[in-house]
Amino acid sequence: MKRYICAFLALILCLACLSGCHGSKRQELFEIPAEFDTSKQYEITFWAKNDTNMTQVAIYKKAVADFEALYPNIKVTLRLYTDYSRIFNDVITNISTGTTPNVCITYPDHIATYLTGDNTVVPLDELMADERFGLGGSEVRFESPRQDEIIEKYLAEGIIGDEHYALPFLRSTEACYVNKTFVEKLGFTLPETLTWDFIWQVCEKAVEKDADGNFIVNGQKTLIPCIYKSTDNMMIQALRQQGADYSTAEGEIGLFNDTTKEFLLGIAAHTKNGEFSTFKISSYPANFLNAGQCIFAIDSTAGATWMGSDAPLIDIAEDRLVRFETSVMTVPQFDTENPTMISQGPSVCVFNKPDNGEVLASWLFAQYLLTNEVQIAYAQTEGYVPVTSKAQNSPEYLDYLSREGEDNDMYYDIKLKATKLTLEYTEKTFVTPVFNGSASLRNAAGQLIEEVTKGARRGRTVDSAFVDSLYDEMTSLYRLDGIGAGSGEKADLGPLPPTAVALISLIAATWVLIGVYVLVQTLKKRKNQGNT
Amino acid sequence: MKKFLAVLMILCMAVSLFACAEKFDPAKKSEGVMTYAEYDAAAMDAEVVIEAYVQATQSWWDNKITAYLQDPDGAYFCYEMACSEADAAKLTKGTKIKVTGTKGAWAGEIEIMDAKFEFVESEKWVAEATDVTDLLGKDELIKHQNKYVTFKGLTVSKVEYKNGEPGDDIYVTVSKDGAEYSFCVERYLTDPDTAVYKAVGELQAGDTVDIEGFLYWYEGVNTHITGVTKN
Repeated sequence: MKRYICAFLALILCLACLSGCHGSKRQELFEIPAEFDTSKQYEITFWAKNDTNMTQVAIYKKAVADFEALYPNIKVTLRLYTDYSRIFNDVITNISTGTTPNVCITYPDHIATYLTGDNTVVPLDELMADERFGLGGSEVRFESPRQDEIIEKYLAEGIIGDEHYALPFLRSTEACYVNKTFVEKLGFTLPETLTWDFIWQVCEKAVEKDADGNFIVNGQKTLIPCIYKSTDNMMIQALRQQGADYSTAEGEIGLFNDTTKEFLLGIAAHTKNGEFSTFKISSYPANFLNAGQCIFAIDSTAGATWMGSDAPLIDIAEDRLVRFETSVMTVPQFDTENPTMISQGPSVCVFNKPDNGEVLASWLFAQYLLTNEVQIAYAQTEGYVPVTSKAQNSPEYLDYLSREGEDNDMYYDIKLKATKLTLEYTEKTFVTPVFNGSASLRNAAGQLIEEVTKGARRGRTVDSAFVDSLYDEMTSLYRLDGIGAGSGEKADLGPLPPTAVALISLIAATWVLIGVYVLVQTLKKRKNQGNT
Repeated sequence: MKKFLAVLMILCMAVSLFACAEKFDPAKKSEGVMTYAEYDAAAMDAEVVIEAYVQATQSWWDNKITAYLQDPDGAYFCYEMACSEADAAKLTKGTKIKVTGTKGAWAGEIEIMDAKFEFVESEKWVAEATDVTDLLGKDELIKHQNKYVTFKGLTVSKVEYKNGEPGDDIYVTVSKDGAEYSFCVERYLTDPDTAVYKAVGELQAGDTVDIEGFLYWYEGVNTHITGVTKN
């Protein structure tokens, strides 16, 4: 009998232990290896994003080839995307299967979500500071920038919690590309700093039509005076400029406030008047601008090569192109004395893997993207700026900046103007707090504008009640009541799964049986002692 | 005699059943649903309710699906309809659905935005390709927007992968009568594993081809290619 009980208990304990192990395959924390084993072959994957720009693709390919020449034992496989959200979606899918890329272009907002996995993304502080393999390290086989040569403001954008999880790759901001010819034709003079008030004044005048129903300013049937590409940025910048809440660093949501409402109601009124639309609703601002069907096209400085009559990249038929003078200005401001604008652009993160050598190989490649060769070449493709002072101050880059307008390709004046705007206003740029859920909050910020714009276009009454209802809808759609510090309540995680219930019952039963066994043995012992 | 009567009765019943069966009319609409002409006449940003047959879908993603629909009178492009993954699997070629959404225009493409749909019990119907070769370069072409169409005898001018290598969209420039047109292999409609993706990738400048696809619009005609035959 004793044997049976012992065997039964042992079986239960084994099962409990095995069940406890199942599903908890932990990703170990990355540790910098003592040596980088150059005799071992490493195959790493790099998921990169380009702006549908083949020159950028060529630069990625060259960077891979040059890096592989320096490290013949590392093979880098490039996977190309043209959309950040697709990268985000694919990474999320691959976290669950343990098949994340090694190095990935991404946004810090997205990394915050990746971090909900188990040691999924490698913290970079130790790697950056490592004397041998870190930034400017002694054993790095290329001219890597030192940490103090990365623009501090940009490097800080990769901090999540207390640690760096991303390296900046390139930076841009948003700009307003203005058809100056039309502004002046309408009787206005562009101010030094653009404001929303000025834009709406011009837009109101611009929508006047002649007796045939053509817009007077362009003689066409189509005109949307102001088109915004990224409505999330539009909202975020408007709130920042007015000192209104968006979110705290801890993730407390402040987006749904009265300043937001006032801004939304203003947008709705101007949309109703035919003055405003968005990329999602109407299409690329550049296409309308270049066809003379838009006056204020607000888009990234990284979209500058598509803007203007002589743009090197154009998506509309030649016979639709209109000649006009383009001004590149900061995004519209509320406080002209203290202009602020978003800092954006790709960052790079390194994913954790069981083999520390593989992670080190990935880090070396990520670091290679900060060399002058890659930084300057990529920055020249669009209105991007390099993220290192080493590249920004190099004679090659300074020469590039000095040649604005020499041609309509490499030195295209609108692109160079957008680049200079980004450089000039670096200290005026900002980023939003990053936390798990910050990507959803950003989506909600943009969607508020999309919804009031659609509502106004569709003849709905967009008033305070409409916006209040929208706040509820967005909170629910993006699950904003359950993220960050904003909830203030413990989340209801629902009932325990049946396997967990069974396991806990089994463990409890085991302890009861052990107790019973000990009790029986004690009683038997006493009985035997009593008999003797 | 009994046998004869029984056979006669069965025959009569079969004939009467056949007579009762309603002939399938693919153009038939349910109550409150727009005809294609009514949809075509609807203003931009107006709510529209249509019924049509699925001709193809792009890949399902994030609880949304983009569908190419057609009925005997015209075609519809439904952009990112709300759709569960389970329902997406049921949107097979020829399936009839009722769509409620808003009419919009994006870069010249007339589409139904913010749409939701429900399945309609019906026989399946698949559109024949309309030959619109002679309409290339003419204003009438846009009247066939979103239809399943065919072009005969086009000359390939250029084939470019969006990212310089297979994986994403393929941009195809074709010419006819001295004018060039931009067509596209949309990777979310026909992914790199499909025969058409591979066939288009192998085309060379100067090839003469017949092309089938959906008459999509992006700042001008931009057919989403679903079939190509080299002449």
